[in-house]
Amino acid sequence: MPDHRPQTLRPTVAQLFLTYLKIGLVGFGGVNAWARRVLVEEKRWLTEQEYAEVLGLGQVLPGPNALNVAIQLGDRFRGGAGAFATTLGLFGGPILVLMGLAALHDRYGEVPLVKAVLAGTAATAAGMILGTALKMATKLKPALPIIAVGLAALAGGAVLRLPLPYIVLGLAPFGIAAAWWTLRARA
Amino acid sequence: MSDDGDVLLQLAIGFAAISMIAVGGGIAVVPEMNRLVVDVHGWMSDARFAQLFALAQAAPGPNVLVVGLIGWQVAGLPGMLVATLAVTGPSGFFAFGFSKLRGKLAGARWLRIIEKGLVPIAVGLIFSSGIILAQGAARPAGPGTAISLLTLGLTVFSTLFVWLTDRSPLWVLAVGAVAGALLL
Repeated sequence: MPDHRPQTLRPTVAQLFLTYLKIGLVGFGGVNAWARRVLVEEKRWLTEQEYAEVLGLGQVLPGPNALNVAIQLGDRFRGGAGAFATTLGLFGGPILVLMGLAALHDRYGEVPLVKAVLAGTAATAAGMILGTALKMATKLKPALPIIAVGLAALAGGAVLRLPLPYIVLGLAPFGIAAAWWTLRARA
Repeated sequence: MSDDGDVLLQLAIGFAAISMIAVGGGIAVVPEMNRLVVDVHGWMSDARFAQLFALAQAAPGPNVLVVGLIGWQVAGLPGMLVATLAVTGPSGFFAFGFSKLRGKLAGARWLRIIEKGLVPIAVGLIFSSGIILAQGAARPAGPGTAISLLTLGLTVFSTLFVWLTDRSPLWVLAVGAVAGALLL
């Protein structure tokens, strides 16, 4: 589909690369939360609903979710060059950081202060992800059948600890049925 | 040389296969990665695998980069590059092909319904990964140890901060790092 949004809101290849470089580098504790923050709140390239949809597709497709989202958005805005730019940005920065960290961790990983900082960061990162989920859920204002599918996914992951492919593929028909029912009820 | 080549080939084949079964994301296939790396090839111990995984979680960027660390451990820089490309390449091309197809079909009503139908699963799974990470973070000394009210409080504070304000989450991550350094 041709992109009808105003030219200013259609990022260039360079903007896609730099934005995804930022998402990768600040992406502590979960890239998806950061991608949403940057793409929806800061850049406003996508609406809440558009981001949630592209993330949903990214989860059904095989491979890392954040990468699937990056590739789809890069392609949607700027074709193959855009997809390459977002991929390079998303992985390029963090892999350099990781090489440094791996070396440092071998030397300092057992230092109590380092462990304490990591534990504190991990606790707030978990809250960041929960806060992001709450923000999405409240802004999307889903209908009841949609909420039910969301709660089932939540229970499957957090309570039953089912493998993700079972949750995603098992609940997809119910989610689609709920969306169909909701759209029909509104029509 | 032939040994190095063999290891790189094993990394490439193993992680390319994992790439294509990773429905739901990289984290979904951690058990499969563990099997490949520890049981099948004996490249490292369980404990080392868990350490590398924790390190990848603590670092910025996609968690799937743990694969890069595994490659680094097994075969240095070439191992890191080969493993990372293998785990991202096949699924990446698949996603790109899908995106092209979607571009042609966009506007089709059934596609809109499918896309809307996947949204609650996406949001529900973000919730669930937040809960699982919060449970781990609540016991900073390891599984089975006492719950730390401090880390629990940090998680609650950070949840409310990110939910109810539009400020960057970097602030709250910094609070977590400082609180951990001073109080844990």
